[in-house]
Amino acid sequence: MHIAATQLYAVLIEPFAAYGFMRRALVACLALSLGCGPMGVFLVLRRMSLMGDAMSHAILPGAAIGFLAAGLSLWAMSAGGLVVGLAVALLAGLVSRATTIREDASLAGFYLISLALGVLLVSLKGSSIDLLHVLFGTILGVGNASLLLVAGIATVSLIVLALIYRPLIAECFDPIFLRALGAAGSRYHILFLALVVLNLVAGFQALGTLMAVGLMMLPAAAARFWVAQVWSLFLVAASIAFASGYVGLLLSYHLNLPSGPAIILVAGVAYIGSILLGARDGLVKRYFPAPHHHEISDGIR
Amino acid sequence: MKRILLAALLLLPALPAEAETLDVVASFSVLGEIVQEVAGDRAVVHTLVGPDGDAHSFEPTPNDAKTLGSADLVIVNGLGLEKWMERLIEASGYKGIVAVASRGVHPRLMEEEGTSATDPHAWQDLANGRLYVRNVADALATADPADAAYFNARAKSYDATLSALDAWVRAEIAQVPAAKRRVITTHDAFGYFGAAYGVTFLAPEGISTDAEPTAGGLAKLIDQVRREKIKALFLENITSPQLMQTIAQETGVPLGGSLFSDALSPPDGPAPTYVDMFKNNLPKLVDGMEKN
Repeated sequence: MHIAATQLYAVLIEPFAAYGFMRRALVACLALSLGCGPMGVFLVLRRMSLMGDAMSHAILPGAAIGFLAAGLSLWAMSAGGLVVGLAVALLAGLVSRATTIREDASLAGFYLISLALGVLLVSLKGSSIDLLHVLFGTILGVGNASLLLVAGIATVSLIVLALIYRPLIAECFDPIFLRALGAAGSRYHILFLALVVLNLVAGFQALGTLMAVGLMMLPAAAARFWVAQVWSLFLVAASIAFASGYVGLLLSYHLNLPSGPAIILVAGVAYIGSILLGARDGLVKRYFPAPHHHEISDGIR
Repeated sequence: MKRILLAALLLLPALPAEAETLDVVASFSVLGEIVQEVAGDRAVVHTLVGPDGDAHSFEPTPNDAKTLGSADLVIVNGLGLEKWMERLIEASGYKGIVAVASRGVHPRLMEEEGTSATDPHAWQDLANGRLYVRNVADALATADPADAAYFNARAKSYDATLSALDAWVRAEIAQVPAAKRRVITTHDAFGYFGAAYGVTFLAPEGISTDAEPTAGGLAKLIDQVRREKIKALFLENITSPQLMQTIAQETGVPLGGSLFSDALSPPDGPAPTYVDMFKNNLPKLVDGMEKN
């Protein structure tokens, strides 16, 4: 019994107790989960699931400009990514509201322009440090500065989200109602887009842009197979994201796997598991319903 | 009249040009500088992967293909460094000689995740560097036989410089007790250096710069730094400093500055030539190892 407990400790806890970089990676995962989980839920609710991916490409030229201007500077690249990401999100949002073009088409247009611009900038400079390397970042290299940035962004996101929670949900489910109230709807929408960009920038510090989107969308998509209410979706999504980070880091530690993909693949397994076994609308539930469940509910009625 | 003029113009390139300068393309900055040193003013050397650039992962532009297409001679490192070169040469339509500077180098194999790969960083051993000089001079002489004596003379004096540098490197390393000769850098670029001069190099990334590190590997390295009390931690000019900063923070060992391994610095930097690369690296390495 005692031996089992020691082994359990060695497998599950010791890596974090022994190494500061594992602890920092775990805290970064926690902060990212808290920020990205709710963002992903709203993106899923608003049928904008692919927007995260689009935005992660859109911030490339900003990060590139920051890199060209100041080298491998955390702040320059984050600020660049943030400015360009916001510009793309704002332009796309405004254009879709001012014209008849739909938001997804508008966003696709602007993010592709931005991506091409980014590749152009990177190529013009020549392949100095491989920028993909930079963009793929590694959660094992998260320093105190990135940790502060990621945690700060998560805090700001949660506070802003709390302030605009009601109108944002109203807009999700009944956009016409909010639009009837005037321009207020657009304002919340744009604020929300800004939060998404902010969280992607946080993610790209820690995981690299492509992996950050995974931590935003997979737990959110998985959560809707378990619960229905928005606040519980937040909770489940953030929990799945954090659990993926924890398990992914352990796998990376014990099995010698690269940590970014390990984390996202764990989240992917959670998503596929949820599709199959989810309590709400999972495949098993839908096609092999437990027979007595119906009998009881019939009986009550 | 017009037609005759046109015919004359078409014939022009076929005529042997007087006092011709060679257009030589070298794959990366270290090699480019060696070629320039040997070729002197009889060749214009174009370097594809410039200062501070990473030759492991390089995205050629159409301009690179154009430069290559009109070249008289292409010189590569070989040993699997320029994996992109074959496609680029094919795309450019270059039909001339591709000289391999590392010809005759005894290749080091590196075990990595069960498979063994050839280590391309042969220039980090100056004995290999002298071999490079010989091969480059031969290639230049083949491409431009008229200037063969000029190239050979330059190669000879450069070889003497490198030979003296080699002796200096050995003398510098000899100051450090053998037990202290352990160094950590960002990627395995110093295998040949270590084998030639008796220094053990450890690195968190693999042999190439494009592998993502694993938590397990990083933990092992940190353990080793703590256990063996290694104090010589270095960055390289081409790789992201994040991981080394993590190791430094974890172990409380300060970083010992940047080493130049795969690329030279720009002309105004600390290592604009092959010789300067060693002159920059050596004092830093010796200082770091002394603290072990």
